[in-house]
Amino acid sequence: MSDRRTTAVLARTGLDALVQALRARGRTVVGPTVRDGAVVLAELSSAEELPFGWGTRVEAGRYRLVRRADGAAFAHTAGPQSWKTFLHPGREKLWDADRTADGQLSVTEAPRAHISYAFLGVRPCDLRAVAVQDRVLAGGRYRDRGYQERRTGALLIAAECTEPGATCFCVSMGGGPGADAGFDLALTEVVDEAGHRFLVRAGSDAGDELLAEVPHRPADPETKAVARGAVDAARERMGRAMPPVDLRTLLGDSLEADRWDDVAARCLTCGNCTMVCPTCFCTTTEEVTDLTGDHAERWQRWDSCFDLDFSHLHGGPVRASARSRYRQWLTHKLSTWYEQFGSSGCVGCGRCVTWCPVGIDITEEAAALHDELAARLRQDGQRGRGARGVRDVRYERKEPER
Amino acid sequence: MTEVPLPYRVTRVHRETADTVTLALVPAGPAASAPFVPGQFAMVYAFGVGEIPVSVSRIGRRTLHHTVRSVGAVSAALCALRPGARVGLRGPFGTGWELGRAAGQDLLVVAGGIGLAPLRPLVLQALAARSRYGRLNLLVGARTPGDLLYARQLRSWTAQRALRHCAVTVDRSADGDGWWGHVGLVTALLKHAAFAPENTTAFLCGPEVMIRATARDLLHRGLPPRRVRVSLERNMRCATGHCGHCQLGGVLLCRDGPVIGWDRAEALCSVREL
Ligand code: SF4
Ligand code: SF4
Repeated sequence: MSDRRTTAVLARTGLDALVQALRARGRTVVGPTVRDGAVVLAELSSAEELPFGWGTRVEAGRYRLVRRADGAAFAHTAGPQSWKTFLHPGREKLWDADRTADGQLSVTEAPRAHISYAFLGVRPCDLRAVAVQDRVLAGGRYRDRGYQERRTGALLIAAECTEPGATCFCVSMGGGPGADAGFDLALTEVVDEAGHRFLVRAGSDAGDELLAEVPHRPADPETKAVARGAVDAARERMGRAMPPVDLRTLLGDSLEADRWDDVAARCLTCGNCTMVCPTCFCTTTEEVTDLTGDHAERWQRWDSCFDLDFSHLHGGPVRASARSRYRQWLTHKLSTWYEQFGSSGCVGCGRCVTWCPVGIDITEEAAALHDELAARLRQDGQRGRGARGVRDVRYERKEPER
Repeated sequence: MTEVPLPYRVTRVHRETADTVTLALVPAGPAASAPFVPGQFAMVYAFGVGEIPVSVSRIGRRTLHHTVRSVGAVSAALCALRPGARVGLRGPFGTGWELGRAAGQDLLVVAGGIGLAPLRPLVLQALAARSRYGRLNLLVGARTPGDLLYARQLRSWTAQRALRHCAVTVDRSADGDGWWGHVGLVTALLKHAAFAPENTTAFLCGPEVMIRATARDLLHRGLPPRRVRVSLERNMRCATGHCGHCQLGGVLLCRDGPVIGWDRAEALCSVREL
């Protein structure tokens, strides 16, 4: 398949030709740009708005822009937003309801704006996150129609990672800095003595067609080798890693762990982690009525499992303690997601680590849970009995993802 | 229709208890929902207030009955409706009791409080095809005599021979409430029920503590966990598996439930605040 797809080289100026070609086709081009001290995702009218010459320095609870001498456009790591902002927006109207004078009720599905997006600079972790949300919102018995429409109409241009951040851990989640599926075009940025350029690979017919419209030259072995080398090197430079164990079983067997009390003492239950996470999909609904009282609107908006109202049942929350809410978030991400949607809910993008105001790091929490469970298993082993419900044989083996 | 509510007209409002009513609903227009099976639920929409999941408590040819207890803004608005009023309805959603799989077996139906609502269509379904099942036991518990749902129907059921054993108990009885029946937990009624554990399916709905206690008792008596069917409840916003609110561990109750086997539910119901 890949033989029939084009691989080419795009000059730095070729990037703007790409943006203009997309705009000429009526697409809304969204990509990274610098705003208010961060790399955000916004509509682009020209490739010049990309964060050329900006990098990021991240740590748990810290994010800072830094200047780069090489002028690279895609050398930053994940910012506070992800593509879900566009595909699964924070607020969306579901329906309009009207009550007529004679008491009749009519409900009409809210009209949706038909936007065909082109996402420029999608990280490989975010490509996987989009695939995760596809399974959740458009892969089951019922489809989220708004999501499905925006998603099927969207064109994805990936940017492979050559500068992973200190909070990145996609490799340990079964991913990696290379884009291998789910894109229309994949760019790999190369800056060296031979110039600033992009290796481009088409991943779909739409990608091939688009590439045919912009000036490019055949891929030379040199550029290919440098690009491949940079991505391979990035694989070895992940800032963090999940413990190499079967996370699904680890979390499944840690429901009563003491570590939850420890993390609950630090967690502010602010929900930032869920807002920045590219796979978190939970929503709630709101009813809005106008002054006449005869017209109502039903809105959907993002919700967070850290919110006390989230689990409200018969006058009170089911998950009242911070312990139970943090446990819900992490267990859902790393374990119960498999049962619900057939994969992990974490792609290792590191956003939740970077944007947690108190620097809670899910790789550290998972490692602590592992230490606690391993110690419990050892103890139980010494006492000559297996821990109840712990499937230790399966546990030590790392489950392959995807 | 599952995305957008269909208009339904309230034809009758029956006050069950101080805080609970049963609404009889018929389609207000040409469009009607797909047929419901006992155990399934609808999202019922009170105009201008919001939507809540309510299980179907009786299934007629055109009429759907929903029993609502007033505990929040939406349920209070639904309880205040008068005949002729309109509601919106989406559904059916979720799993049913799957009575058909219990053909030839004894049936044990255990309800606590409003938990009788989703079980009523199951009992009616069993009574309508009485010869297909063995002994039919119905055990009902409520806080006080005034909290019993479907009082007339319960009286007629207690008198019926088709129901092998229909027993009703209340947690508390006060002087002068006219109650002459059992006082105590619904689990205490189990010893009066007539069923062969190795050939019985049990159907449980009520407060989670009641479900837990009853299921444990039944397992103790030898029922296999998967033949103890329970209906569980969580907050729900969408009912289509997308809002994340009804998670109970790996179970999405709107999709995999509300009725699930105790083989799956037991572990989930034994962790606090899950
Ligand atoms: S859980 Fe954290 S690291 Fe994983 S996908 Fe979500 S934000 Fe990224
Ligand atoms: S883990 Fe951090 S970001 Fe998430 S709720 Fe707790 S304090 Fe907020």
